Amino acid sequence: MSTLSLKQLRKQFGDVTAVHEINLEVGDGEFLCILGPSGCGKSTALRMIAGFEEPTSGDILIDGQSVVSMAANNRPTAMVFQKYTLWPHMKVYDNIAFGLKLRGLARAEIDRKVNEALELVGLPDYGKRMPNQLSGGEQQRIALARALVLEPKILLLDEPFSNLDALLRVRLREELRRIQRRVKITAIFVTHDQEEALSLADRIAVMSKGRVEQLDIPSRIYDQPATLFVADFIGVMNLIPAQQNGATIDLGALRLESPARGSGSVTVAIRPEDIAIVGETDVDTWGGEVEQIIDLGHYRKLLVKVPSVGTVKVYAPKALDLRENQHIGLNPSRFTIFRDGAAPIEVKREVLAPLEMSLAV
Amino acid sequence: MTTFTPTLRDRLTRYAAREGFGLFALIFLVIFIVLPILTVLLWGFAIRWRFPAVIPTEWGFDFWQETLSRADLRRAFPNSIVLSISVTLLSMVICLPASYAFARMNFRGKQFFLLSFLFTNAFPRLGLYVAIAIIFFRLGLVGTFAGVVIVQLLNTLLLMIWIPTAAFQGVERSLEEAALDVGASRLRVFMQITLPLVFPAVFAAVLLTFVNTFYETYGALLIGAPNVLTIPVIMFPLINNQPIPQYGAILSLVLFAPSVLLLLFANRLLRGGYLTAGFGV
Repeated sequence: MSTLSLKQLRKQFGDVTAVHEINLEVGDGEFLCILGPSGCGKSTALRMIAGFEEPTSGDILIDGQSVVSMAANNRPTAMVFQKYTLWPHMKVYDNIAFGLKLRGLARAEIDRKVNEALELVGLPDYGKRMPNQLSGGEQQRIALARALVLEPKILLLDEPFSNLDALLRVRLREELRRIQRRVKITAIFVTHDQEEALSLADRIAVMSKGRVEQLDIPSRIYDQPATLFVADFIGVMNLIPAQQNGATIDLGALRLESPARGSGSVTVAIRPEDIAIVGETDVDTWGGEVEQIIDLGHYRKLLVKVPSVGTVKVYAPKALDLRENQHIGLNPSRFTIFRDGAAPIEVKREVLAPLEMSLAV
Repeated sequence: MTTFTPTLRDRLTRYAAREGFGLFALIFLVIFIVLPILTVLLWGFAIRWRFPAVIPTEWGFDFWQETLSRADLRRAFPNSIVLSISVTLLSMVICLPASYAFARMNFRGKQFFLLSFLFTNAFPRLGLYVAIAIIFFRLGLVGTFAGVVIVQLLNTLLLMIWIPTAAFQGVERSLEEAALDVGASRLRVFMQITLPLVFPAVFAAVLLTFVNTFYETYGALLIGAPNVLTIPVIMFPLINNQPIPQYGAILSLVLFAPSVLLLLFANRLLRGGYLTAGFGV
């Protein structure tokens, strides 16, 4: 039951600034994901919170109290690492009990807490095993138990599932979410996997080059990217460079109206699901040629070559009868205009009824 | 479905293909390691062993009595033991913290210092000792216990720094950080996490250092003689002056004993699962 705030937090390694002034408020019991590509400073930020890295400047507050001067072994945080998490020379029981023993708890108390923690992560009776007898997923669960058993104020997770296979990753993150809700702990989860972040987090902080690009709830991160970086990094996005003249932007055969007047180069971002497939001869559409059809199970992804626009990614329902080299019409219903990589302007358009049935050729 | 039953020839061919290298290694091992040791063992208990005989024709402990009753050997044996233990302990005290520093800290000239241990070992031993002997003579260290300790200590540096450095580097930092994270002090992290994980490698280095020091001859000969005599130093003239194979054999067996005891002790630890547990991740 705790809050965390980062104030102007900054970390410099020699000439390289890993983390620029970060400001972040994490609420009580909140699950915050820090999402970004490798080298964006997300792990450094987490390690500063844990106390493994000393901030160059700025402050870290837990429940309103600065912990910057506190050594890692005194901070009320607990971390789950990416790999090599369990001590290989200790049994599972001793791994979990290690921190409790340091606190001088009675043996019966330690026993009870360790068993509770094992129960919580769904691995009772695992106490006597050695870490190398466990699978990767089990090891990470024990690592989670070891972190939670100390009842920390803040739980820190540094890409804990990135070394596991895809199916297990999904199962473990659902379980993590369930456990986090049950013990109502404030958690910071660092990941480069956007699907993981979108499905787990109450809020996501998208980081790039040491800066927080956007801090928002998952749906808004996806629907209303604040910067071009977020638009490109999250989900699938068509990014089309264009020129604006006054209130209009010409994109191939299409003339888009922008509510903000101006001139110069802009980038138009369009989600594939916001592009309707229409008849080729319709007015006010892009005419294009299907280059490639990628079957993704319950839907298909099309790569459509549109003259003077480029290759556009579009989703098509399976019912739609399409072939490669076929000519179709595309009609974007919603797009976002970015100028200088930020300051997005969202525009919605009226769109002709999309094709639902097979195209008449 | 038909089941394939391999013929004897099939089986032999496959066995040879699978175990070919193993067989070769076994033969090699017998010819170059087991046979010489066996010969030494036989010579130790032989009184008469002439050419055509495959095994000695006359057995006995006569030479044991003759060898072990020599006063110089009786004095040399405790010398050897005390020297080896002192050198090994001193080497641990100096090298283990140094190797931790090499593995975990960044400082100017780290690579140079690491390589310098290799350079001194690559330099011809005898030439190095002659140079050291001249310096030691001026310092009054020739013929003293301390002088021999220093010379033999130099010998141990490469092994005792390189092996533990690699071991310390092999300990993932996240393992240490995880212990720090749950509240352990730096000292406790080192004692309870790092040290147990490097124990197998460090133990092997210490063992080899002890055995190497026990057998070390040139340094002890040039710096220690004639005041500080070790068993290998006494063996030299003994074997050179009297071509009686029994002397060499018996002394070899006497020298062999401490290292065999140590290795057996290590083996017991190994079977206890303690050593192997350190390697499992």
